[in-house]
Amino acid sequence: MKIIEYQTIVEEVKEMCKKANYNLGEDVYTAFSQALKTEKSETGREVLSQLIENADIAKAEQVPMCQDTGTAVFIVELGQNCQITGGSLVEAINEGVAKGYGEGYLRNSIIHHPLDRKNTGNNTPAIVHIELVEEEHIVIHMTAKGGGAENMSDLKMLKPSDGVDGIKEYVLDIVKKAGPNACPPLVVGIGIGGNFERCAYLAKKSLFRPIGIRNHDQTIAAMEEELMMEINRLGIGPQGLGGSTTALDVKIEAEACHIAALPVAVNLNCHASRHQTSILM
Amino acid sequence: MQKKIDLPLNHSDIVSLKAGDRVLLSGVVYTARDAAHKRMYEQEEMGMPLPIDLTNQVLYYVGPTPEKPGEVIGSAGPTTSSRMDAYTPKLIAKGLKGMIGKGYRSDEVKQAIMNHKAVYFGAVGGAAALISRSIKSSEVIAYPDLGTEAIRKLVIENFPVFVINDVYGGDIYIDGTTKYKRENE
Repeated sequence: MKIIEYQTIVEEVKEMCKKANYNLGEDVYTAFSQALKTEKSETGREVLSQLIENADIAKAEQVPMCQDTGTAVFIVELGQNCQITGGSLVEAINEGVAKGYGEGYLRNSIIHHPLDRKNTGNNTPAIVHIELVEEEHIVIHMTAKGGGAENMSDLKMLKPSDGVDGIKEYVLDIVKKAGPNACPPLVVGIGIGGNFERCAYLAKKSLFRPIGIRNHDQTIAAMEEELMMEINRLGIGPQGLGGSTTALDVKIEAEACHIAALPVAVNLNCHASRHQTSILM
Repeated sequence: MQKKIDLPLNHSDIVSLKAGDRVLLSGVVYTARDAAHKRMYEQEEMGMPLPIDLTNQVLYYVGPTPEKPGEVIGSAGPTTSSRMDAYTPKLIAKGLKGMIGKGYRSDEVKQAIMNHKAVYFGAVGGAAALISRSIKSSEVIAYPDLGTEAIRKLVIENFPVFVINDVYGGDIYIDGTTKYKRENE
């Protein structure tokens, strides 16, 4: 039995919230630098240069790289032999988020109720997904997910006969519709299979995988690369001003589904693609 | 090539701007996003005066992060403009001349821009720490209860934007994408 203190989780989550918002991931920084070399549009290169300069300032001054410091979304791999003492896991995460967003001068963007729209004042509640695992550890994955890209995301129940071509056509259509609104160059997260709600979760989960890391399934990995090429041919470019860099990466997670179904979800991520991982042993 | 323009916008500057131009803006802009737009619209409907005179002014769609001690403002990049589309034609008809945001505008907004000679600028979404460097002062002047969504008066200097929609119906989102779709084939 592994014992993990409530307060350890609070402190870890607090730091993750700040780091995710201040420090652009190395995977993203590298992707910007690569894109700057290959982008055909001068305007596109200007946008990429501004994004690199912005990341440098945010890191040096420890300030948020974007004013939309996001919804705090967590996927927790919880070892089934781990015990949390002093409070619940979800409470600890929410306390960490409240502290991180408060002490870190991050924007509170969460409202109590979708209709009354009053701000909760501390960016909680966070969205927490828990996956039970056999290992004796807790792995916390966090993303600060911005509203602009989330708003352009979509889900569709395709017909099995639509196949790979139908999936691609649908994904390209969503990226085209999003255009400049989702803050390209994007990371495009795709869930295929599961059912209605599982498919959306798979799309979100795929965004936690660093840029440049392909799915371990060869067929899916090839589809990620093909879609990446097709998306970058759309011409949308950095910030939608036209160019050859529309996606920094495409991620797909696929799972078993019903004989009658082909659910597909597209969860778009802005160019910052903020994600953090922390392992509590 | 990069143009420098002092605010408030005058007619000759507005008609000289073309979709795709890079511009550095200096002068006063007012911030407003979803909640401030909704409230201004409701006050207008009730025949109440707006808290600011928008004649010839520029609105910046932004909800900044809280400033750290000693900072003028927190990180302050543009938010998605389309959420303001329902309110914008009316504000343009009342004399608003410019908007700074990111993303598509509705056909109604584009038509109002052409009819009333206004301009829509895009700043780089997600470049909020960089953009904050061109904001020299910030003061909440209306709706303080809205927090990050309050109306602020900002003095900006060499604030980097692109012209998205001009008075001639030009739209760099459409033109840029069409051009590079062809080139990427």
